[in-house]
Amino acid sequence: MSGVLSNRWLLALAVLAVLLVAQVLLPPYHHTNFARIMVLASFAIGYNIAFGYTGLLSLGHAMFFAAGIYAAGLGAQELGLSMPAALAFGALGGLVLALAVGLIALRTSGVAFLIVTLMFAQAVFLTTLYFNEVTKGDEGFVIAEALRRIEIGGAELKLSDPTVRYNVALALFALCYLASIALLHSPVGRVLVAVRENEQRTRMLGYNTFGYKLLAMVISGTISGLAGAAYALLFAYVGSTFASTQYSIYALLWVLLGGLGTTLGPLIGTGLMSYLVDFASDVTSSYLIVVGVVLVVLVLAFPKGVVGTAIERWGRLRS
Amino acid sequence: MSLLRTEALSKRFGGLEAVRNVDLELPAGEIRAVIGPNGAGKTTLVSVISGRLEPTAGRIFFKDRDITGLSAWQRARAGIVYTFQITSVFPKLSCHDNLALAIQRRRMTGLAGRLREDPAALRAEVEAALARVGLAEDIDRTAAELPYGHQRLLEVALGLALSPELLIMDEPTQGLSNAEIARFCDLVRGIASEVTVLLIEHNMPVVMDLAERITVVERGAVLAEGTPAEIRADAAVQRAYLGT
Repeated sequence: MSGVLSNRWLLALAVLAVLLVAQVLLPPYHHTNFARIMVLASFAIGYNIAFGYTGLLSLGHAMFFAAGIYAAGLGAQELGLSMPAALAFGALGGLVLALAVGLIALRTSGVAFLIVTLMFAQAVFLTTLYFNEVTKGDEGFVIAEALRRIEIGGAELKLSDPTVRYNVALALFALCYLASIALLHSPVGRVLVAVRENEQRTRMLGYNTFGYKLLAMVISGTISGLAGAAYALLFAYVGSTFASTQYSIYALLWVLLGGLGTTLGPLIGTGLMSYLVDFASDVTSSYLIVVGVVLVVLVLAFPKGVVGTAIERWGRLRS
Repeated sequence: MSLLRTEALSKRFGGLEAVRNVDLELPAGEIRAVIGPNGAGKTTLVSVISGRLEPTAGRIFFKDRDITGLSAWQRARAGIVYTFQITSVFPKLSCHDNLALAIQRRRMTGLAGRLREDPAALRAEVEAALARVGLAEDIDRTAAELPYGHQRLLEVALGLALSPELLIMDEPTQGLSNAEIARFCDLVRGIASEVTVLLIEHNMPVVMDLAERITVVERGAVLAEGTPAEIRADAAVQRAYLGT
């Protein structure tokens, strides 16, 4: 049993070590790509906690990501928050929105939950357009270079510097990744999975399943908000595209492709998808057709996602 | 002292009155069987008691406390545990994780108790809980891999692991082999000193063997109540079961 435990953490540390070393090996273009993937994978980790662990199929997670983006972006630009404070403010934005939406949307389940979350996200998206004097609508705004600095001791770190950006993204990813592993393998994580597998039974075991679903939404929304905040501050751009349905669907795709309910799946899924779009758009202007076909093939080959299917086959080999 | 008491409990589904004015009193420590023809409302009655269904009218008292307004999970915490007629375990989870869910709840206090566990201690408790129903060797198999009868036993083990005060079992022996039924009866007799048991059962030898008292339900209402011998001799019960 303790062997399994240490294997789990060893794999996580190996993944993080690879990402740490990768930054000195990667050419500049992929260096930036990796930083972006790590931030988006953190968003996918947040989504995975709701859908993958707890079975809450939300199609509105872009709103939590966007809540983080706007809270951090506007916090830095308008309220003059420091970078760490803006990050925390972004996470808080995701938390508060997830709590409010969860209290209402969790009265439904299944398809109705999907639709209610979709509608809430649409409302958030339209809100960002409606208040375009503040948000600059779908044109968005760029966070001033001068604001994107962190002072540590006497030294000043510029978030626009590729090395700083990469390592902040890595630190964020490591935090979300390790937290998601710890959560999944805690007593609370076991209850979340139980809610996914058989909610009625879980209730009859004495668990307040509504409370656990709300908790999953809040953790999920907080991580999504934190990822959004990091995205805004690291890549300097805030715009309403991030609140659009497209980003809710991305989160779903990344997680499905990587492996639903697996801790490493979000990173693999986000990375694969990102490079898939990249390569396809090099080959043809109608790259979405290529992406679509490859996604269909991948899903057929890996019905449980890349990581999920790998665990299943590897597990079978072992036993 | 009565552990459980219902007052004029009723449950209506549209035009169907599945439970009608049931007054039930269950003393602590008793093994009570509820019998009746198919569709008599037995499962509905215990579903209302366990909180899976809300009553249309009437009140439920547990240890003299009115629990009518409590939700199902609050009743489970209060000590009323229900095992399902249609096996309801976590099929994709291992037997270990199934039982761990029942066992860990009491330990989940404070932040540390919710986020950390001692895997070795938990596993030992899970093993002991599985051993009670003879499934100790299946600890690492998923529940779906177990044969049907063993899934029933896993269901019973889940209920027992919650340390109930009142254990409501809905047709627990359905689908069990004769040897498993004998083992189950031993198990129920073994726990009866600590746990009050409310048993819905179609298997009459099991009922006559285990029950101290029997409540007969017909068309949603209590038809008769008494010791097994009294029930066997009751003319109204014979009519309900055998026709006139």
